[in-house]
Amino acid sequence: MSTSSVSKGCFVFKPSAKKRKPSPTVEDYFTHGSENMENSRLRFRTCQSLWEKMKTDTELLQEELNRKVLDSLLEFIRKSSSSFQRGTDDWRSRMRAHEIPTAALVLGVNVPDHDMTFQSLSEQLQLSVSPFVVSLQAKECAGMTELHKLIFKDLEVFSPKVLQDFIIICSRYIEQLPLIFVFGIATAPSVIQHTLPHSVSSLLGIELFQSLSCTQHLATVIDQVILTSEFPFKLSGKVLQVLVSIFLYHDFSVRNFIKGLQLALLEHFHSQPLSVLCCRKQEALGHISKLSHQDVERIQQLPSFMRYVEQQGPQDQVELLTNDDHEVCVKLLIDLHKYHKNYYPILRCLHVLTSSLPKYPLGKQIRELHISCLEKNVWDNEEYASAMTLLRMMAKEELVSLLQKCSVILKPGKTKKMRAVLLRLDDLITRFTKSLLEMKESRRTKKMSQFEILRDEVLEFFDSLVRCHLAPPESQPLYEVCYYSSSAVLRRHLNATPRTSIQTALSNPYHYLKNESLRTEDGTFSSAAPDICIVYKLHLECGRLINLYDWLEAYATVVSAAEGKDPESADYGKVDELKHARFIQAVSELEFLGFIKSTKQKTDHVSRLTWGGC
Amino acid sequence: MAGQLLQPGYEENKLQRVSKLLPCRDVQSSMLLALMGEPEQYSYPSIFIYGHRATGKSHVIHTLLKELDIPYATVTCVECVSLGLLFEQVLFSLFGPDSATLLSRSPSLSDFVRVYKQLCVQNPAKQTKYIVLDRAELLRDMDANLLPAFLRLQELVEDNVTVILLSEIVWDKFRPNTGCFEPLLLHFPDYSKDELQQILSEDSHPSYSTELYSAFINILLGVFYSVCRDLRELRHLAALNFAKFVEPLESGKVNESETHKLWRNIEPHLKKAMQTVYLREVSSVQWEQQMEKEAGAVRGLSAHGHVELPYYSKFLLIAAYLASYNPARTDRRFFLKHHGKIKKTNFLKKHEKTSNHLLGPKPFALDRLLAIFYSVVDSRVAPSASVFSQISSLVTLQLLSQVGHNDQLDAPKYKCAVSLDFILAISRTVSFDIVKYLYDFL
Repeated sequence: MSTSSVSKGCFVFKPSAKKRKPSPTVEDYFTHGSENMENSRLRFRTCQSLWEKMKTDTELLQEELNRKVLDSLLEFIRKSSSSFQRGTDDWRSRMRAHEIPTAALVLGVNVPDHDMTFQSLSEQLQLSVSPFVVSLQAKECAGMTELHKLIFKDLEVFSPKVLQDFIIICSRYIEQLPLIFVFGIATAPSVIQHTLPHSVSSLLGIELFQSLSCTQHLATVIDQVILTSEFPFKLSGKVLQVLVSIFLYHDFSVRNFIKGLQLALLEHFHSQPLSVLCCRKQEALGHISKLSHQDVERIQQLPSFMRYVEQQGPQDQVELLTNDDHEVCVKLLIDLHKYHKNYYPILRCLHVLTSSLPKYPLGKQIRELHISCLEKNVWDNEEYASAMTLLRMMAKEELVSLLQKCSVILKPGKTKKMRAVLLRLDDLITRFTKSLLEMKESRRTKKMSQFEILRDEVLEFFDSLVRCHLAPPESQPLYEVCYYSSSAVLRRHLNATPRTSIQTALSNPYHYLKNESLRTEDGTFSSAAPDICIVYKLHLECGRLINLYDWLEAYATVVSAAEGKDPESADYGKVDELKHARFIQAVSELEFLGFIKSTKQKTDHVSRLTWGGC
Repeated sequence: MAGQLLQPGYEENKLQRVSKLLPCRDVQSSMLLALMGEPEQYSYPSIFIYGHRATGKSHVIHTLLKELDIPYATVTCVECVSLGLLFEQVLFSLFGPDSATLLSRSPSLSDFVRVYKQLCVQNPAKQTKYIVLDRAELLRDMDANLLPAFLRLQELVEDNVTVILLSEIVWDKFRPNTGCFEPLLLHFPDYSKDELQQILSEDSHPSYSTELYSAFINILLGVFYSVCRDLRELRHLAALNFAKFVEPLESGKVNESETHKLWRNIEPHLKKAMQTVYLREVSSVQWEQQMEKEAGAVRGLSAHGHVELPYYSKFLLIAAYLASYNPARTDRRFFLKHHGKIKKTNFLKKHEKTSNHLLGPKPFALDRLLAIFYSVVDSRVAPSASVFSQISSLVTLQLLSQVGHNDQLDAPKYKCAVSLDFILAISRTVSFDIVKYLYDFL
């Protein structure tokens, strides 16, 4: 079990560690909670292959998304450079001879995501237009430097003076030297006018290119990677919420979102021994047959499995819990896969139906709907009820077009159920079109028209579909195999809180040191704590300015108590050289951590940089 | 008008060609020629030429010197990041490619004078040499002795050389404290409307008659002359709008003589152009495409003013705005629940009564920013690293600016660098009524 304890010590598992080539050491980390080397190796390999697939898919997707704007940009650059080559025989181009063709590429605020875009841009330029491409980054251009085609990343960061001079020089040589600029802009294009005076900006012939907004970008990524039954790995509602909120609240970075997804994937395979079953159906069935006795027991202990057992008759219950063969597992696993295959098309249909309703009762984005479906029975929500009421009032043309959209979504459905649903839906649509003719006749009658009856029928049909297929995954036995749900772990890893960690370390050293002698009740403090903790604790009791001598005395008292000296003895609380030195070291450590700094107001005082006390 | 340039020592036909190339600048060019004298005569040591942008300063000088085969060197001061570059270019153009190698690696002015003298002795010349320094205002930022030395270079190198300085700034702003040799001043006035008409009509479209183009320029000037007299800008506008002007001719609806119809056709477009193109908001290519499509309003650069920011960044920016424009002592009033009433008049010192928006943003400490941030943001936010990194990315985006350089680690100070309109738009997206929190609007 020695390997197991090592792996526990290295619990914090950085995503970057995975980037290394799969060496045996990495595989060893996966032995957590499993004695079976075979199992852990298998899990590691599954994880790797799944991640590779996800990675290539997202990369392809991002390329696809960027393609449109990059293509138009390339077209612009090609056109400009060919007009250079043609020379200036054309009247128009002669008149415009001293403008430098400039593309302003608006990318949105997130800078880390741009590196990739720019890299692919310069690669494509090198391949298709000219080998002379220079990509400039603001931090590398503090002064004027040697500078053919230039790409400026993040225009805002450049110092305006340098840029102005550079543009003026370039414009002087534009007739001899074909130059094209590409400016990357993070905020808004008007920044060009802010940073450059008119005399300089008039030298540029600026063309604007707007890339896809990052929220749309994220929506596509979620749509393609998460809302699909292709990847067996799933996120629970809370985890997805954490990732999405980091994106929306903090960074707007799709790359970070994917990194988060990667971390979740890794954590899942690392912490859940049964994740060995989280792979394609055929493989998973293969893996089931190899499950050890212990693994089967583990399955039987899963809460979802227990719930499933409870639903069965007493005879079956005993059998299920004692039986050691894999048949039940196989059946449940196949059911889980089926559930996913049905879940996503129905989710999309429901989204199509509800996303056009006023005020978006079930959310504007499909991810919101997905999250609410994951959390609990969606049909118990008030919003669902109100959405249904709104749908009941929908006009015919709209409803028919929505239904047609749904039928398009359901077309590629593979399962029997989905095909049945599709048939039924098509049937309903044809009946709707028929009723269109009959409607005119029945308009005068007060009775419910044919259309209204049909409408109710359709909605009931959808309601039943939702109830049948959009049940939260918790209701499915064995869902733990595929769903990663520890959002707290993810949040802790992704949303680092350095200050809180330092404060925890200082006020409660046991939290990190795990030394029993430091263990204290809430609110009290062990005097055996490290010096810096004592000093920190004492400084919390002071105001903005701290008298160093008083502080030292208080410290000496606490330390004397820790040494077990008699409070009555003469040297109790007395400052000796050793204590003095320890105190000074602790204080300078606090200064290093940014809690205090020296002040000029009073010579023997230091000032606190944080507020609040104990 | 043409053919009036007369100066002994130069060939007649050359002078005539020059005067053709320099329309509307006869006075200035004949003045310059008079100053220059005959090729062998010594000229005045330094001449300072000033005038607005696009008044033909560089053009006149270069044409004169080039067409009359006078030895000259021309240097644009923007290019000279070091003195060495400047000297090198001068020597290179005056004495040929080998000369520049005589300079040491980072030459001083006296090195330059020494090498110059040495080269003069080797190849003595009879003609006056000219050194043209374009954008001479940048000389002021270089070594202090450079400008005075250039002004009397003739004396220093004991050679027949004249330095011509070109600038958009008047001489008064150049004069060093220590005094210097006063150059001859020569002003290039702005072109008048007639002159602009004459110059702009020169670059007519090859496939149309010059009269038509001239009529077009007349209309163009009628619209734009009141707002813009910059020759370069007008030429740009002419190039952009000419295609539209001749559109009815192309389609055969109108013939060239019906100028009134043409005028009615082009006028609304020119008006539209006045709003957008002058600011170079849309590129010329895009403008032309738009003209072809006629698709409603022109969306210029400034129409894309909307900036997308993460949720907390918006609140950080709002907090920064509040910290920049509210006096720190009013924070209690806005951000504490039981603040009691504070009367505006008694509460503040006199100087604080002026509108903070007129005074501009004030610096604030990071602590204050975060304190306000936590009180305005509606949910509990952990002080995570990403909140702090958002502050620095706001600085990178130039929405905040960092002030002061000491104590950057312990207590950094910032200023908010966005306008009221911008922050109003931002706070609307997060439904936060910022006006309620601004002291100026109480």
